[in-house]
Amino acid sequence: MGFLAAVGRAFIAFLAGTGRIALFTGNSVMHCVRPPIYPRLIVRQMIEVGYYSLPVVGLTAVFTGMVLALQSYTGFSRFNAESVIANVVVLSITRELAPVLAGLMVAGRIGAAMAAEIGTMRVTEQIDALSTLSTNPFKYLVAPRLIAGLVTLPLCVLAADVIGVFGGYLVSVHKLGFNPAIYLKSTWDFLEALDVISGLVKAGVFGFLISLMGCYHGYNSKGGAQGVGAATTNAVVSASVLILSSNYLITEAFFSTVP
Amino acid sequence: MTEIDNKIEVRDLRKAFSGKVVLDGVDLDVPRGESLVVIGGSGTGKSVLIKNIIGIIHPDRGSIKVDGEEAVGMKARDREAVTAKFGMLFQGGALFDSLPVWENVAFGLMAGHGTSRVDGKEIAIEMLRQVGLAPAVAELSPSELSGGMQKRVGLARAIATKPEILFFDEPTTGLDPIMADIINDLILQCVRELGATALSITHDMISARKIADRVAMIHAGKIIWTGAISEIDHSGNPYVDQFINGRAEGPIQMEIGKP
Ligand SMILES: Nc1ncnc2c1ncn2[C@@H]1O[C@H](COP(=O)(O)OP(=O)(O)OP(=O)(O)O)[C@@H](O)[C@H]1O
Ligand SMILES: [Mg+2]
Repeated sequence: MGFLAAVGRAFIAFLAGTGRIALFTGNSVMHCVRPPIYPRLIVRQMIEVGYYSLPVVGLTAVFTGMVLALQSYTGFSRFNAESVIANVVVLSITRELAPVLAGLMVAGRIGAAMAAEIGTMRVTEQIDALSTLSTNPFKYLVAPRLIAGLVTLPLCVLAADVIGVFGGYLVSVHKLGFNPAIYLKSTWDFLEALDVISGLVKAGVFGFLISLMGCYHGYNSKGGAQGVGAATTNAVVSASVLILSSNYLITEAFFSTVP
Repeated sequence: MTEIDNKIEVRDLRKAFSGKVVLDGVDLDVPRGESLVVIGGSGTGKSVLIKNIIGIIHPDRGSIKVDGEEAVGMKARDREAVTAKFGMLFQGGALFDSLPVWENVAFGLMAGHGTSRVDGKEIAIEMLRQVGLAPAVAELSPSELSGGMQKRVGLARAIATKPEILFFDEPTTGLDPIMADIINDLILQCVRELGATALSITHDMISARKIADRVAMIHAGKIIWTGAISEIDHSGNPYVDQFINGRAEGPIQMEIGKP
């Protein structure tokens, strides 16, 4: 009995949590589209989310591209290596690795920062103060971050696509001794719009989820420094899990019809 | 209807936090254009009372009327219109630490009254002067200020929009006696000259005697005495007597030292 009760309690808590997040999401999205909007804050968040994430996303992408080329070479070194490796690199980067790895890196950087900042504002009553100053905290704090996440992560991933392919090119040309022209031509031939677009769609969803989790956990943090710490951890963990699970769903939606 | 003379009317307000009863049926009237001071021991729920009135804590039960309009259970839209009448000084300051001091002070003006940044800054510097802070403070970040300076910035922020109803949570705590008197004068000026209604919380009886038209004492979740400030020395209420004279002996038993 005790066991069943515990399972039931956990399940109810899960449903309640899901409901709370759904309400929070609905509320946030509503405030994203209803005026007043704060362009200054959106731009500031876009710089924070996009521009300052570029170095870490770029480093991740270049090393991923390099390692992909190296690993595929060990597997496919027999024949047609130039075209096969170019194909593997560009497909894996644009479809999967750039969006997912960039998403995870940005979740660690931005999700945590958002949860900590909003959480501190919560526990020091700054969020309460906002509402006494004719300012809706959802419009002022949450909406700019959601918009920035949604818009800038795809831009980051676009950059990561280019940098990742370049990483593969570096290893292929300088280490494996491929012909640069042939490598680039194969890359270009294999590249399809859908590969890039699916990656960008993923990036948009991931960016939204990262901001949403950062804001949600920050907004609902309780207690003092400890509560803010817990909010930060929860924001990063839940964003990462959501990124990986939604990645599967989006992949299936885009490519399941392709045999 | 006589109640129209009351700017704020609280009836049977109850609030418990996870089973711990804090407000246990509070009845309180704040007459229009008057200054009411709430006194009471530490942890008796004074801050919780104010937060219920301004709508950042939701009561378990009871009625709160602002200008004769029921505020409990109000829709978010209407709520914003009511909140726009309020100015609040938080006990902990609750300054926005991402913004410089002057933007804190001018926040309500720029967010709710369409004041431009240039005008906002000018007004902020004038407000800072009124609370005894030099113009140079305007450019600092709140974290660079002392506790008492933060309190005064919080006060300037609360009154900058000239709201109809002012809430001051311990306005003079942490200030030296001279500065406390300047702040008392400022609060009086808001009530007497601008016609605002004020509800303040204080432990500082010198301040209470100066700024209060009426006093209400809260104890064990209820308002146990209310009267004009002139009556406070002859209230005939042993709780009030003990509190205003600061005696350890009396009906109010502190938790400390009990077996
Ligand atoms: N958000 C909250 N969650 C749980 N308990 C709370 C919360 N806010 C206040 N309390 C509890 O309510 C009680 C009253 O708190 P409140 O801050 O109103 O005291 P106060 O009268 O303002 O005291 P002080 O004069 O020290 O500021 C305290 O015992 C506190 O523990
Ligand atoms: Mg208090």
